[in-house]
Amino acid sequence: MDLSYYPGCTLKTKALNFEDSAIAAMAVLGVNLVELPRWNCCGTVYSMADDDLAHHIAPVRNLVRVAEQGSDRVVTLCSFCYNTLKRADLLMRNSQEKRDTINSFMDDEIDYDGQVEVVHLLEVLRDDVGWEAIGRTVKAPLEGLKVVPYYGCTLTRPQGVAIDSVENPTVLQDLMKVLGATALDFPLATECCGSFEIVSDPDAVVERAYAILGMAQRKGADAIVLSCPLCAHNLGQKQAEVADKYSDFTGMPLVYFTQLLALAVGVSPEVCRFDLSFGGVEALLRERGLIPQRV
Amino acid sequence: MRVVKKALVIGGGVAGIQAALDIADGGYQVILVEKTPSIGGHMAQYAEVFPTLDCPQCILTPKMVDVGQHPNITLLTYAEVQKVSGEVGNFQVEILQKARKVDHTKCTGCGTCWQKCPEKIPSEYDAGVADRAAIYIPFAQAVPAKAVIDTEHCRYIKYLDFMESGAEGKKPPQCRICERLCPAGAIYWEQEDEIITEQVGAIVVATGFDLMPVERLPEYADDPDVIDGIQFERILCPGGPTAGVVHRPSDGKTPKEVVFVSCAGSRDPEHGVPHCSRVCCMYLAKQAMLFKHAVHDGQTHIFYIDTRTTGKGYEEFLQRTMAEGTVYLRGKVSRIYRDGDKIKVMGVDTLSGKQVEVSADLVVLGMAMLPSIGSQELADRLGITTNEQGFFTENHIKIDPLESTCPGIYLAGAAQGPKDIPDSVAQGSGAASKVLGLFARSEKTPEGLTVS
Amino acid sequence: MRLEISSNRLRNEFVAKVIELSGQDINLCYQCGKCSAGCPMSFVMDLLPNQIIRSVQLGLADDIAKSRTPWLCASCLVCTVRCPKGIDIACVMEAVRQIALRRREDFIDPAGLERDTVAELPAIALVSGFRKLTG
Repeated sequence: MDLSYYPGCTLKTKALNFEDSAIAAMAVLGVNLVELPRWNCCGTVYSMADDDLAHHIAPVRNLVRVAEQGSDRVVTLCSFCYNTLKRADLLMRNSQEKRDTINSFMDDEIDYDGQVEVVHLLEVLRDDVGWEAIGRTVKAPLEGLKVVPYYGCTLTRPQGVAIDSVENPTVLQDLMKVLGATALDFPLATECCGSFEIVSDPDAVVERAYAILGMAQRKGADAIVLSCPLCAHNLGQKQAEVADKYSDFTGMPLVYFTQLLALAVGVSPEVCRFDLSFGGVEALLRERGLIPQRV
Repeated sequence: MRVVKKALVIGGGVAGIQAALDIADGGYQVILVEKTPSIGGHMAQYAEVFPTLDCPQCILTPKMVDVGQHPNITLLTYAEVQKVSGEVGNFQVEILQKARKVDHTKCTGCGTCWQKCPEKIPSEYDAGVADRAAIYIPFAQAVPAKAVIDTEHCRYIKYLDFMESGAEGKKPPQCRICERLCPAGAIYWEQEDEIITEQVGAIVVATGFDLMPVERLPEYADDPDVIDGIQFERILCPGGPTAGVVHRPSDGKTPKEVVFVSCAGSRDPEHGVPHCSRVCCMYLAKQAMLFKHAVHDGQTHIFYIDTRTTGKGYEEFLQRTMAEGTVYLRGKVSRIYRDGDKIKVMGVDTLSGKQVEVSADLVVLGMAMLPSIGSQELADRLGITTNEQGFFTENHIKIDPLESTCPGIYLAGAAQGPKDIPDSVAQGSGAASKVLGLFARSEKTPEGLTVS
Repeated sequence: MRLEISSNRLRNEFVAKVIELSGQDINLCYQCGKCSAGCPMSFVMDLLPNQIIRSVQLGLADDIAKSRTPWLCASCLVCTVRCPKGIDIACVMEAVRQIALRRREDFIDPAGLERDTVAELPAIALVSGFRKLTG
């Protein structure tokens, strides 16, 4: 199965581990992620002001690119891209007036009126591939690995965009169980990491990171599984500062769900780029015998 | 056509009990139908009631006994109204008397059977905080104090069903312990459901309420130590499963910090119901007070949006709760989750402008009041209407609150809308007076009801 | 000083603009505080989210202009999904930010960020931060 794939800015730079592992894992599962030609920035955040139509042009233009490919679906990995593209699509479907204005602004492009369904890779895994098929493909179950799922904000909010239940999502847990890992209950799974406030108020993000990382540690997790490069940065880059400020925090590996998926279905650890992950994932996986000892 | 001077009351809670007693005392025959094995309703579950702190055993039980003994009242428990036809003055009613598998003419309520029955099921009366047997009376003061067999859970019934189905595999045990031990020989396996047909001139609907299930509010967690108000009543009740000694469900420890959350599902059109449930402010205040009386070094915290204390003596009661040290925090709780031994309650106190968090041992949710389960089906059978939340609609909300949209069918208690005990009792008496007024006429003609 | 409440204040231009930009019916709010109770950024805010909504209800444009709260809102939408009245509070925060940004009152100066910080931050952080906090 070929699927149009929208990467977004960070997957091509600081989150290569997210993209590479996803493409390799999906290939094993028989899904070919076809990168969208001429994609541009999704806008990163969805503009909420009622009259601010200009900022919807970027995401809609990407949806036009998908339609041009003759594709009616586009899959994203990054939670932010998912959220922004999905909400832009809903806006174009639900408001004729705004749709007309945006389409007429882009009169060099084909009209967009909701031809494309925006999905997140977790939805593809759950709804298209299916847990059973993934389970059959697992070659190296992640036995003994205890993880907590972390969804952050943009995968499960707002209602209508959420890929799962708003308050009690289970898709990440379900995936982890299929891969043979133990998914622990994590009450802060959908709490915000501080998001873009890292730019203006990094100290506040340290507090957010401690709340989330500290809870994961208290729950006895080996690692946090996530789906957003911004969460990965905020919870990862700030760990040294968190540990400096809070002596009870001793470090927490962070791993993209695609990296564990890839590892479990037999993709080579080198492709998963655990070296780019925060918090010592590589050492953890070595210690558990899930990747070979360094020679 | 002559008016049939016999009334049907549906629902054996305090409103239905009052309506039945008043009609019966007026000299007319009443059939009181209750779907559970005993009358008493929710009131019988409460530890003590506000604002007097009377125990329901003291003030409700005498009325229940009166119902059981009244010469004008036919009490049908474990029964449900199935079909209604006719019109004011002359309704034909079909009542399903569920099989009790116990001969009530023989059962003495001695208790041997339920003490020895090996099956354990969460007790409805104890709201799941304790178990009951498969043969049981719901509680010690039950009226009638005669056992019924829960055919869904009885081992021998399961055995009989298994044999009849001809299924392969391991047979359930042929238990029959109750039958062997019953000194009165009252166990009656052959007893079947029965349809009772009655003619009545008027109907009072008093089917009460149920609480919104806690699961409807996923942000308030699925945790054994997050319970609803009725469950806490059972825990606080001196005659309850813990004899009034407060233990929390998860580990039996005595909780020290207890949080109460008002408006859990109420006043929340997006996730729950838009209405105010009217009683939560008061019962949470009462539970906080009772808890402090039981656990002297305990601390109680009540999250509230507004306190609504519109009954006689209510505001004074609430202020007494505050004076006795319960902290009122003004704001709705956003999230409740377990963190180790504690339950974190993430709230706000908008009066101080602070985001607050309480590490609680036990959390009590003042869940919204909903019409009792099955009331929509009953409304359809009766041909009366309900509002958006399913409460029975009155003829006029201001000046005709007791009459339903169908002449001759009257409403009483929380079935019409959230209500406390005094209002339910008053409405029960009010509905009874409507019935008595109707029965004072004897003829129904095309022009209306007349006195001949 | 005592706040004078009048129809002029309650119907001032600022209130109208917030309602227009957010598309939210501010009067639906009955101040339950659930937005503030769940806000992950409340701990650094000078006014709680419910106080911002209240200030809009009362037309307190100056108080809101002085507040850092709208700029510390991370648009995580937990307030929005839990609001009993269905008010998109995050959207109200966006409207308040937009009013300032359209007056060229940026909250951060991208040129003032340290070179190392820029190098360390992923593109997703920089773009979203600039999108929310600058005009």
